[in-house]
Amino acid sequence: MAVRSRIKTLKIDGRDVSAHEDETILQIAEENGIFIPTLCRIEGLSLIGACRLCLIEVKGWNRLVPACHTHAEEGMEVFTDTERLRNYRRMIIELLFSEGNHVCAVCVSNGNCELQYLAQRLGMDHVRFPNMQPVRKVDMTHERFVLDRNRCVLCARCIRVCDEIEGAHTWDMRGRGIDARVITDLDIPWGDSETCTSCGKCVNVCPVGAIVEKGRAVGEMTKRKDFLVYLSKMREAKK
Amino acid sequence: MPTHDELPEIRAAEREKQGSYRHSIRVCMAAGCLSQHEGTIRKALVDAVAAEGLEGEVQVKGVGCMGLCAQGPLVMVDDSILYEKVTAEDAVDIVKALDKKPVKRIQSSLNIPFFQRQVKIVLENSGIVDPESIEDYISRDGYAALSKALGEMMPGDVVDEIMNSGLRGRGGGGYLTGLKWSTVSKAISDIKYVICNADEGDPGAFMDRSVLESDPHRILEGMTIAGYAVGAQKGYIYVRAEYPLAIDRLKTAIKQAKRLNLLGDNILGTEFDFDIELRLGAGAFVCGEETALMASIEGRRGSPRPRPPYPADHGLWGQPTLINNVETFANVAPIIRNGGQWFASIGTENSKGTKVFALAGQVKNTGLIEVPMGVTLREIVQEIGGGTTNDAGLKAIQTGGPSGGCIPVEFIDTPVDYDSLRMLGSMMGSGGLIVIDDTASMVELALYFMEFCMTESCGKCIPCRVGTAQMHNLLNRIVRGEARAEDLELLEQLCDLTRNTSLCGLGQSAPTPVLSTLKYFRHEYLEKIAAPPAEEAAS
Repeated sequence: MAVRSRIKTLKIDGRDVSAHEDETILQIAEENGIFIPTLCRIEGLSLIGACRLCLIEVKGWNRLVPACHTHAEEGMEVFTDTERLRNYRRMIIELLFSEGNHVCAVCVSNGNCELQYLAQRLGMDHVRFPNMQPVRKVDMTHERFVLDRNRCVLCARCIRVCDEIEGAHTWDMRGRGIDARVITDLDIPWGDSETCTSCGKCVNVCPVGAIVEKGRAVGEMTKRKDFLVYLSKMREAKK
Repeated sequence: MPTHDELPEIRAAEREKQGSYRHSIRVCMAAGCLSQHEGTIRKALVDAVAAEGLEGEVQVKGVGCMGLCAQGPLVMVDDSILYEKVTAEDAVDIVKALDKKPVKRIQSSLNIPFFQRQVKIVLENSGIVDPESIEDYISRDGYAALSKALGEMMPGDVVDEIMNSGLRGRGGGGYLTGLKWSTVSKAISDIKYVICNADEGDPGAFMDRSVLESDPHRILEGMTIAGYAVGAQKGYIYVRAEYPLAIDRLKTAIKQAKRLNLLGDNILGTEFDFDIELRLGAGAFVCGEETALMASIEGRRGSPRPRPPYPADHGLWGQPTLINNVETFANVAPIIRNGGQWFASIGTENSKGTKVFALAGQVKNTGLIEVPMGVTLREIVQEIGGGTTNDAGLKAIQTGGPSGGCIPVEFIDTPVDYDSLRMLGSMMGSGGLIVIDDTASMVELALYFMEFCMTESCGKCIPCRVGTAQMHNLLNRIVRGEARAEDLELLEQLCDLTRNTSLCGLGQSAPTPVLSTLKYFRHEYLEKIAAPPAEEAAS
């Protein structure tokens, strides 16, 4: 049976665009070269709508909605780059910087970091909130990788890639609110984990310098993310 | 295996049994009173009755909450005499006073606004039936609504009746219950679920707890009717593990209902199957949010997900799911019994029926009350509540828990309904109502609620996780007198961010206590803001 998908026409930032009904605003924007910032989203993994950076305004809707979770509707008018949204996005990045220890100058991911990129792109030139100076543990017990929770932004990409792609579900979240942190297995040292396959997928999807390879100096850690799109497409094709 | 015809027989038998007693002594066995007497009063009364040789004539019954928790433990004799602050030692005197003058020393007045101003629908059995006896519940027209729904109504008729009643969700949001039922009933799926949200967590709120402890069958009946109406076969009650007594009574009630074929397969001899299971919450406030609650039932971490899709379409295990709060389900049986029109005749134009409130804070008659929608805050606090303790000046009334706001005393004549409270920057919420007198600092109150939201945030989305922590930090500085004017500005910006960008209701409403106190008590914040250092002021 032929798969049928209806086509919708809508406006994004004043531009007329067309889309399949099952596409999200984020996908449509990207197809049309319209930038919407994201952090928790990564192509190939499930969507969780957690970072709130991709929030957009829709004419006639009284709430902001995440572009990653909102589908195209006929005639809708979407605004992705209003003053209000820019302010919110900057403030969200500021909050992330105040929450952890994000000092680019001493980070292995300096220059290859999604948080750093977003801060620059969104024009966050200073942080108005005091740093919360959390006490967070660094886990060096894995043979090849390091987990530095001080740099973690809790995007849960590691958790999802390990569960959804690798199938190991080594990673998970523990604690609530400001005390939430990623853990391996039932919060045992990563090196002792019996489920970890050392595949390194978590390293490559981590947007920041929280999960990295050992032995890298400042700015040396680059990540390859293409594998994920490839793997998930192949997986889909097999189904 | 009772059928429709046999239910009235059970009812008649139980009524005859109860009518055979000359006197009935009821002892409150709900959490508040029970925590003070641990059942010793009931035992002492039973012994005293035995000592007087009155076993066949005097019934001693453990019942649920009578409302006036501040004066507990409470004992009621024959609907006409209420004893307060009773101890086991009073039992002999209470029994000896039957047929004579009541025991003056512990007698409480029933002739006070606290009792006279209430209208009881949700709590109609509370304090009257034995929550551990299904026969007692049946004798008070229990399961008559279920029998009527299954016997005389099509599922669509049941939905219509709820729609006509105008009932709105009692968990806080105030969404039209009938509309929700109708949406789930229209969803196409072989498997559907009904969930009762009993994860009551607002500080100072104990409405749901009381209903579950006092009249658990009422919830089972409401859920079963809902299951029939929307086409579900399975129900879950998500109850917090911190309510052990409610859990015990629900377990007992489920067992009893199954024994009488009011739950399980072929209910009352019909084709309708419905089963209810309990799920215990592990202590997270956010699990009261419906998507987090469903994740928790599924055995996953209780964190919310974006909506849509809504549970009515994509709920528990991806199936259409109806989620209502305890008090909402408690209204179902009376609506089906008496008709939607009857219910709609109570309350205001857009808020029908009654609302149960847990009165707490600086008020004389702390306890549980049920009032028709539209009564004023003044009636609730000054008349039913008896005014503030120590006759201190009333300053504000906090409704809606950590998601709600403070209503200053100048609005005390506001009618209590969903829309009026929202207009004032607060909300109905689930029914916590905290009375604040003029000795309280509103900034400290805001700090308290922010601390609650901060520790209860699940941590999934950034604005709520870090926003609440930074707001807490700023409020702390203000309380300590270390804040500057720009800190207040930053606080307001964070309130705006968290309210508009958070993933779920917890974060979206976390700034409400701050915003409402800023709106009405801004001077208290300004008084605490430190003056800029001299050299800066000079430059």
